[in-house]
Amino acid sequence: MNTATQPRHGGLRMLSPTHIRIVKSVLFIVCLVPLSLLVARFFHDDLGANPIETITHATGDWTLRFLLITLAVTPLRRLTGWHWLIRLRRMLGLYAFFYATLHFLTYVVLDQFFDGWAIVLDVLKRPYITVGFAAFVLLIPLAVTSTNRMIKRLGGKRWQALHRSVYAIAILGVVHYWWLVKADLTEPILYGLILAGLLGVRAHWRNEERKRQLGGAYATRAPGGPKIDGRIIPIHPK
Amino acid sequence: MLIKRPDDIRPSEITAPELYARRREFLKLAGLGAAGLTLARPGRLLAAESQLPGPFLKSPLSTMEALTPRKDATSYNNFYEFGTDKSDPAENAGVMKTRPWTVTVDGLVGKPRTFDIDEIIKLAPLEERIYRLRCVEAWSMVIPWVGFPLSALLKQVDPLGSAKYVEFTSLYDPKIMTRLPILHWPYTEGLRLDEAMHPLTLMAVGLYGDELPNQNGAPLRLVVPWKYGFKSAKSIVRIRLTDKQPHTAWNDAAPNEYGFYSNVNPKVDHPRWSQAKERRIGDFFKRPTLPFNGYADQVASLYAGMDLRANF
Repeated sequence: MNTATQPRHGGLRMLSPTHIRIVKSVLFIVCLVPLSLLVARFFHDDLGANPIETITHATGDWTLRFLLITLAVTPLRRLTGWHWLIRLRRMLGLYAFFYATLHFLTYVVLDQFFDGWAIVLDVLKRPYITVGFAAFVLLIPLAVTSTNRMIKRLGGKRWQALHRSVYAIAILGVVHYWWLVKADLTEPILYGLILAGLLGVRAHWRNEERKRQLGGAYATRAPGGPKIDGRIIPIHPK
Repeated sequence: MLIKRPDDIRPSEITAPELYARRREFLKLAGLGAAGLTLARPGRLLAAESQLPGPFLKSPLSTMEALTPRKDATSYNNFYEFGTDKSDPAENAGVMKTRPWTVTVDGLVGKPRTFDIDEIIKLAPLEERIYRLRCVEAWSMVIPWVGFPLSALLKQVDPLGSAKYVEFTSLYDPKIMTRLPILHWPYTEGLRLDEAMHPLTLMAVGLYGDELPNQNGAPLRLVVPWKYGFKSAKSIVRIRLTDKQPHTAWNDAAPNEYGFYSNVNPKVDHPRWSQAKERRIGDFFKRPTLPFNGYADQVASLYAGMDLRANF
């Protein structure tokens, strides 16, 4: 890493635009590895006795993993101070949508072979499919609004509010997995714990931030001043 | 009891006995050749030594449907004691020792006995029975089992008139099997006595003309072809006759999902998936599931007057 473009402040905290571009290109390829492996296994006739099941599980697993990786970007960024990580988040989120789409198409095309009636019955009658389907549908607006133009059109605040629904989507994803498992809950529990950690750390930071603001509101730092312990009570003018 | 032939056998499809005998000779020769090859591999020595006594009778109860490839039937298994992935049993069950192996048959019987597995294998002439196998997870296979009717074993111990049910207990050895508390180990299953005595109900000791691989439930497993696969307990160590409906592992774990009877029934869905169709391993398109897995002619009478939605 001894090039002219190396930033003066050094290390991984700051990356030059060129380096970010390189990291993004590499990441783009890396994110295609799970799909490539699946395709390779298909051509080597290595998908096992029930290939459709193997493909369904692999694409579902990777959807959840990419959702969790996407949600890990902000905590990782805060912990490391590598602020450029945020520039990778959109791609990771879109890959979550990409694998979710493959997962959905595997179900519709390979598993049910466009049997519309069976699919409708499944979505209506089977809670785990209802939940998985809902998660997929909710991902669509996020994918659609992932361009810079859409961020501008919606405005930062509204865009952010919309994209916070990813928290709910990830929860639905874990529930979908949890409910479909016949007996061994090890893996859904693992995903659930990771998700709880990722959401928990956000809740914690929010709480700290609220306390900080509240401290500011009281302003007095003098000893014997009011103890900071309260809630923000919204006041609605009549 | 009148044993009807499955309606999918056309007389033209039935091999003449003399041709069949010659086919067996050929298979034996081929088997010897294969055994010779495997002798070179030390790991396979035992399997090559302990071959099942043949030739196997060909059963009129066999289906003529195309066999599932042996590779699939022995690599895609549910045997949760060895792991919950379909490939886990083939990878992990090799450590299970199937000799020496005894099976205790007791409970409400006149002559309770503990059998050695090699005694059991010689108890009755071995038959090849090609059965459909329908898993509760909506996939299916066609497997050529080698075995004998369970009734032949039960007759050895003189069931008492008070016996109404049969309970099967599988091996549970925590030293070699997973300790995940997924089910209450050891695995238990049960049948009504008349189901157990039905000619279709098989004690299997082999498949594809060979001994059962461990992942398929060696050395002795049950096969009840009109019920979902999990009713067919693997690696059985105890068979007990009782007057009360036995506890069964899956029914205990999730009574709303897995009933005691668990007859294959396309009209009664599993709460989380439809049972109307199934994917035959190797097929792309799903096929409709048949009532009693296609064995309705032979077994529907066992459930005459029963509400099969309540007794699922």
